[in-house]
Amino acid sequence: MSGLIAFWNILKKDIRNYYLKPPNISWGIIFPLSWTLMQIIRSPGDLDIMELLPGLMGMSVLFGTTSMLAVTITFERKGRSFERLLLAPIGLNTLVLAKISGAVMFGIFNAFVPLVLASFLTDLSGINWTLVILGVFLVAVSSTLLGLMVAVSVQEVFEAQTLSNFFRFPMLFLCGLFVPIERLPAILKPLSFCLPLTYGTDILRASILGSSLMNRYLSIFMMFVFIGILFYLSRRNINRKWIL
Amino acid sequence: MAIVKVTNLKKAYGDFYAVNDISFEIQAGEIFGFLGPNGAGKTSTINILIGLSRPSGGQIEIHGIDVIKETKKAQSIIGVVPDESNLYDEMNGFDNLCFCASLYGIGKEEREKRAKDLLKLFELDGVAERPFKHYSKGMRRKLTIAAGIIHNPKILFLDEPTTGIDVESAMQIRDLILALKKEGKTIFLTTHYLEEAERVCDRIAFIVKGKIVKISTVSELMEEASPDYRIKLKVSGNLHSIRDKLDNEFDDARMEILDETSCLFISKEELSLYPIIESLNKKGIAVYEAKEIKPSLEDIFVKITGIGKSNGRVVKDK
Repeated sequence: MSGLIAFWNILKKDIRNYYLKPPNISWGIIFPLSWTLMQIIRSPGDLDIMELLPGLMGMSVLFGTTSMLAVTITFERKGRSFERLLLAPIGLNTLVLAKISGAVMFGIFNAFVPLVLASFLTDLSGINWTLVILGVFLVAVSSTLLGLMVAVSVQEVFEAQTLSNFFRFPMLFLCGLFVPIERLPAILKPLSFCLPLTYGTDILRASILGSSLMNRYLSIFMMFVFIGILFYLSRRNINRKWIL
Repeated sequence: MAIVKVTNLKKAYGDFYAVNDISFEIQAGEIFGFLGPNGAGKTSTINILIGLSRPSGGQIEIHGIDVIKETKKAQSIIGVVPDESNLYDEMNGFDNLCFCASLYGIGKEEREKRAKDLLKLFELDGVAERPFKHYSKGMRRKLTIAAGIIHNPKILFLDEPTTGIDVESAMQIRDLILALKKEGKTIFLTTHYLEEAERVCDRIAFIVKGKIVKISTVSELMEEASPDYRIKLKVSGNLHSIRDKLDNEFDDARMEILDETSCLFISKEELSLYPIIESLNKKGIAVYEAKEIKPSLEDIFVKITGIGKSNGRVVKDK
């Protein structure tokens, strides 16, 4: 019960202090919005909104979660308020879950911005909503954990952003967000399958387009495997680097 | 009864020992001062005691709990007030306290009651709704201490509680520390200010180069530092011309001339002031002021650590 009280209050504090701040809300809307508009302006005639949606949603989640979590944790560590959490009698698992939950929710919110926009432009009735929600959730959790790995490794906010970009931008091209994996050079394909977002995007493609590169159950399974590995690594790194 | 037992504690960074085989005990209800010069190992020791750092060797028990094996259990009965206020700038005083209480699993109603009580006790109830970032330094320190005790810990670790704040706030905080002791709290205190340690601590440990070189009560330290009885006199007249006469007159005391207008009488036994004043008057020297001089903790610190004086302040390690 006491762990639950701590968990809920850490999450509530993060949502109030960071995620519900006007600049972050507007960033969460403007970023996916501008990517969507950019695609519409680039190909005004032959644009297939449905084809574009999985990539836009995946990218919005990836950038939203990794940016926010890496920044909030680095910010709290620099101000030493994070020490307060480490000194509290709550387990590291509870602490990690509480810290990532806010970013996961923020990522889910980000993902639905392109979807809401698309609803004005095309018919979304064919979408498998259960699978969309599951896909968005899994992408949000895995991306958040990537952001946590970055946050554990750096000291400064700018370092967090720089390091995040090292994996975020290659992932845009390697994970089938805008360039189908089938069309990638053969040498890069194995790399794609080592990245969680590839499987997340494939789940989103299956849910929105009804077709996917891999079996949807395999993709869901792989996402859980990646999440488990990333959670374990983040927790181990926190234990190593923050409790010296 | 010892509430904290530290045995052969070590913390090594490669070949360098920041904490080198230290052992000490803290009795329940006492204020235990932990003093040392820059880089002595104070922060390393505290971080290990509160579970923010792992020792390279040794044992720590707090209230019978093995801190190394059951860190989280031990953390539930300790409160920590770091040297820098580390509450949340965007949140107001009341919300900050409620949030800190929630980390210890305290329910909403109870934590709100405790937050209100502490804000009143620390005279911050008037600024309870103000964001923490708009608090003055003194207010920030007070709220940070309140946050450290909101879960009613058995032992409180206070790291430099009065550094960088105004005199009035520092006095209030010292009073609060003494009030917490009266409530039965055990306090582990590090401070830059030796005068503060002298005023509030029951016992003091001096740490130098990772080793504890002395643990004693304040009064024992004072006695050890200077067993002599000293009286300082402010006078008018030529002290040099009467020095030999005075030395012969008082066999059990010797006189040291400090400057043109002051001198010091030093004796193994307690001195009676009247014969000295009378003797000086007869020799044409008027006495304006007489004061018993006791050694300060700073003198003792210098003697023990060999560190130079610096305006009553010792530079802290980081």
